Amino acid sequence: MNYLEFEKPLAEIEGKAEELRALARANEEMDVEKEAEALDRKAEALLRDLYSNLSPWRKCQVARHPDRPHCRDYIEALFTEYTPLAGDRNFADDHAVMGGLARLDGIPLMVIGHEKGHDTKSRIEHNFGMARPEGYRKAIRLMDLADRFGLPIVTLVDTPGAYPGKGAEERGQSEAIARSTEKCLTVKVPLVSVIIGEGGSGGAVAFATADKLAMLEHSIYSVISPEGCASILWKDAERMREAAEALRLTAQDLHRLGVADMIISEPVGGAQRNREATIEAVGRAIEQMLKGLMKKSPDQLLKERRQKYLRMGARGLAA
Amino acid sequence: MNWISNYVRPKINSLFSRREVPENLWTKCPECGTMLFHRELAENLNVCTNCDHHMAFKPRERFKALFDGGIFTEIDVPQPIADPLQFRDQKKYPDRLKAAQKATGEKEAMLVAEGEIGRTPIVAAAQDFSFMGGSMGMYVGNAIIAAAERAVEMKRPLILFSAAGGARMQEGILSLMQMPRTTVAVRMLKEAGLPYIVVLTHPTTGGVTASYAMLGDVHIAEPNALICFAGPRVIEQTIREKLPEGFQRAEYLLDHGMLDRVTHRKNLRDELITITRMLLGLPPAIKGDLPSPEADAQEQAQEQAETGK
Ligand SMILES: [Zn+2]
Repeated sequence: MNYLEFEKPLAEIEGKAEELRALARANEEMDVEKEAEALDRKAEALLRDLYSNLSPWRKCQVARHPDRPHCRDYIEALFTEYTPLAGDRNFADDHAVMGGLARLDGIPLMVIGHEKGHDTKSRIEHNFGMARPEGYRKAIRLMDLADRFGLPIVTLVDTPGAYPGKGAEERGQSEAIARSTEKCLTVKVPLVSVIIGEGGSGGAVAFATADKLAMLEHSIYSVISPEGCASILWKDAERMREAAEALRLTAQDLHRLGVADMIISEPVGGAQRNREATIEAVGRAIEQMLKGLMKKSPDQLLKERRQKYLRMGARGLAA
Repeated sequence: MNWISNYVRPKINSLFSRREVPENLWTKCPECGTMLFHRELAENLNVCTNCDHHMAFKPRERFKALFDGGIFTEIDVPQPIADPLQFRDQKKYPDRLKAAQKATGEKEAMLVAEGEIGRTPIVAAAQDFSFMGGSMGMYVGNAIIAAAERAVEMKRPLILFSAAGGARMQEGILSLMQMPRTTVAVRMLKEAGLPYIVVLTHPTTGGVTASYAMLGDVHIAEPNALICFAGPRVIEQTIREKLPEGFQRAEYLLDHGMLDRVTHRKNLRDELITITRMLLGLPPAIKGDLPSPEADAQEQAQEQAETGK
């Protein structure tokens, strides 16, 4: 279990409970269960309290929590017959983006998402979920394939942003992102998206432009990272708490703004505390979103998707 | 438009292309340091007469130089809700907006207009870098949508001049949402079969590059313009190495296949006319400055009267 900074008091209590139980295991005469249970209750209350009112900056930390389920976890648990498809047919296969054919409840579809990796080795392999142009071009290719065969598209968004590298720029990072967003606005099949962790700027828009966008309760979606915003507007990256506040990047604010269509509740203590329950909830949300869209004609889908974006933001926080 | 009416005598042209500029003002070229007489600089389309450095060109000035006789009609842009996020950093967003409006005399960071270039009716949109870094917020999104809608309505091409540091952070997620919003606008043009030409000017970066600026049918950049998604400083911090000379400049992008052309500002208007007329299947136009369509018509009428036709 990785604890976040604000979870330190919680780590202490849970640590104590664990210590007691370890002692009891070593020494059979000790009866610590009552005491340990009391600590459990205390920890649970504290956890509930901490997570009932997370500040935007704390939400950023939870959204980036290394123990949250990642794209691969969702794909493996929710879909059957997942068949990864690779490559942009031009330059490379970008491991920051995974995707392929799969079935959800028997229905064939295309699933595409950012994968961050779960340990040092896999994080490097997946470039921490930061895609290069090839990643977006692979996604474009897969969306196009889905479109031609009438398969719905599901995207899972979890990226700090597009990779800011030399080669990425040389190979047209901007163009790749622009074309991916354009593809999202051109396909005539249902397109649903879930932000499962971090929705970082243009790198997220390229996948999250959808008929329906759901966000996990503690996920974020932002034009810039709070640190980046703080260093530009406050001239001090340490002012990220204020920046996170000002940017309105929480799922709750985005729902109010009409950017997110639904919020998927997370278990108490965040997705990382109960990965299975979180994955299940995301699965139900995807099914629910797709169900309504599958009845619509291709032209109606396209028209409504575009209308949604044309109207977006017209009323600000009053929406 | 037929062949004959395209035939305009070049002598009148210069009379109409003079722009009003204050006397006795000097500007220092940020590139070579030469002191340039304001009037001379304006005559040269804000390009340094010594080193050819392309300085910022305000949308209004650009349109005066672009449209025949400097005549254009502004297209109304729906005003978005003010300060949609109630954003506060060290200043309030509305105060920053007011300051920008006062400093530039403009309402927002994009100007949309219609008129003729080489007697070719077009819609044009130009981003104003001097207005909060040209940043893309709801207004810029609305401007591009208004431009596309007008172009579709009138069946005209859209020429867009980009210039922006990126998204308007003070509009948070709603600035990011201008990426899909403006992409919908671009799709309107494409599906109506209308040319969409992007002129990328210095600098065009971030979410602007990663949406409407990179979705043109033809991409033309001004010389040495910085064009990128992630800025050079961010990249240097990430990869911890020095970037090559000219990295992310227009010529570099041309070499890497992201642009069709890099064009000097003095040739830009003619080139835009040439390209749009070919894409629209029209005959070649007469090059050079043209008087306003009205002045042209007046002169023809006068000529007809004099020759007694
Ligand atoms: Zn110079």
